[in-house]
Amino acid sequence: MSRNFIRQVLYPAINNLLHRYANPARFMRMSARATPWLAGITILLAGAGLYLGLFVSPADYQQSETVRIMYVHVPAAWIALSCYVGMAVGAAVGLIWKHPLAHVMTKSSAPIGAIFTFLALLTGSLWGKPMWGTYWVWDARLTSMLVLFFLYIGYMALNNAFDDPGRGTTASAVLVLVGSVNIPIIKFSVEWWNTLHQPASVIRAGGPTIDASMLWPLLLMIAAYTTYYVWVLFIRMRTDIMETRLRALRMRQVHEQAGS
Amino acid sequence: MNSFTAIVRRDLHMAFRQGFDSLMVVMFFVLAVILFPFGVGPEGNILARIAAGVIWVAALLSTMLSLERLFQTDFEDGSLELLVLSPVPLEVVVVAKVVGHWLTTGLPLIIASPLLAVFLNMHGDGYPMMLAALALGTPTLSLIGAVGAALILGARRGGVLLSLLVLPLFIPVLIFGVSAVDAALGGFSVKAQLLILGALLLAAAPLCSWAAAAALRQAVESS
Repeated sequence: MSRNFIRQVLYPAINNLLHRYANPARFMRMSARATPWLAGITILLAGAGLYLGLFVSPADYQQSETVRIMYVHVPAAWIALSCYVGMAVGAAVGLIWKHPLAHVMTKSSAPIGAIFTFLALLTGSLWGKPMWGTYWVWDARLTSMLVLFFLYIGYMALNNAFDDPGRGTTASAVLVLVGSVNIPIIKFSVEWWNTLHQPASVIRAGGPTIDASMLWPLLLMIAAYTTYYVWVLFIRMRTDIMETRLRALRMRQVHEQAGS
Repeated sequence: MNSFTAIVRRDLHMAFRQGFDSLMVVMFFVLAVILFPFGVGPEGNILARIAAGVIWVAALLSTMLSLERLFQTDFEDGSLELLVLSPVPLEVVVVAKVVGHWLTTGLPLIIASPLLAVFLNMHGDGYPMMLAALALGTPTLSLIGAVGAALILGARRGGVLLSLLVLPLFIPVLIFGVSAVDAALGGFSVKAQLLILGALLLAAAPLCSWAAAAALRQAVESS
């Protein structure tokens, strides 16, 4: 890429994008239109994915029926990780450009990511009992996911620990960026350490190693979890923006009463 | 460089004036380790097996306990504001504070650790490696902890919050610190573990001082 391209095309494009969506009123209009669609798409995808996963796809020759836990486990882990990546991007954008919606996005993502991390750990341990013979092992993947869960909890705790909400937002944004060192560790833990958790079989060099009859329901479920995540994220962001407005209105009311 | 040594000297001065504070951290370290023989029973074999892990975990916890004070007093009496306004880059100030912190807590912990290894019946082969691993690992703990200490300035119940933020990030240091000692006890090569501990320190030094400086700036701006 030439420097001219970066200066004349890329920077204006980023700026345009940032400024276009920095406006909470525009976001409110856009998200109000998007939420029913997201809900519909999520229900369709999840319905199709669950039907294919639970009834159509075959049982595994080694794992028998427990393989079906994969259809809820892998998408949960996917959301747990991508939600944190999204938060890290949001925190960086919020800190660098003081973008208000990016901070709202980061803050609203945290509880969703924490729940999905918990679900990934829970479904994984329910699968681990019949397959590995134990609910929990101190495997590198499991440990790093547990650390991710604590990072989410720590973020939420730090966000709520200040009387001044602005300070909580910026401090926890720095924490998200610091914690993002954990993400590549989680992703590559199954390749760096030779432990119990199986290595990646969907997104890997050389194409997926799982059969199409199992890959399709898995991909559908991943898509369903992703649209569900965006749907819930929009609802949470809308709530957060409305709460901020309410607080501002109430403050103005108090000031007017004090003034009169 | 002058201001760097000045900040370190100031922190050391203050630590020596209130000498009891850094002594208390070492006392906590010793007491926390001494609890284990009562908890798991005084059998020599079991204690020798868990010695490295117990000493490392106790060192982690004592470092964490001492972190809350790292920026808190400066924040409360306003000297932090002066440090932020001074021409010295704030990252350098953070490194100076971390050096001061390590000299007053990390170093005493390392000095006390052989005594605890005796209590826990550790085999003689592990001693040099434990000292080396602690010497490489505790500065990393101070650096990571500085980020947490800067983030919680002005928070309600900062101490409990600090443990929640910092302990998960301490885990890599713990893993490689303990496995270095275990490898030495088992007669294996410890080069890999020591290299990773060194790499963690080298990565943490710029990244943590940068993040802690960012957090300090925000704390001062919003107070």
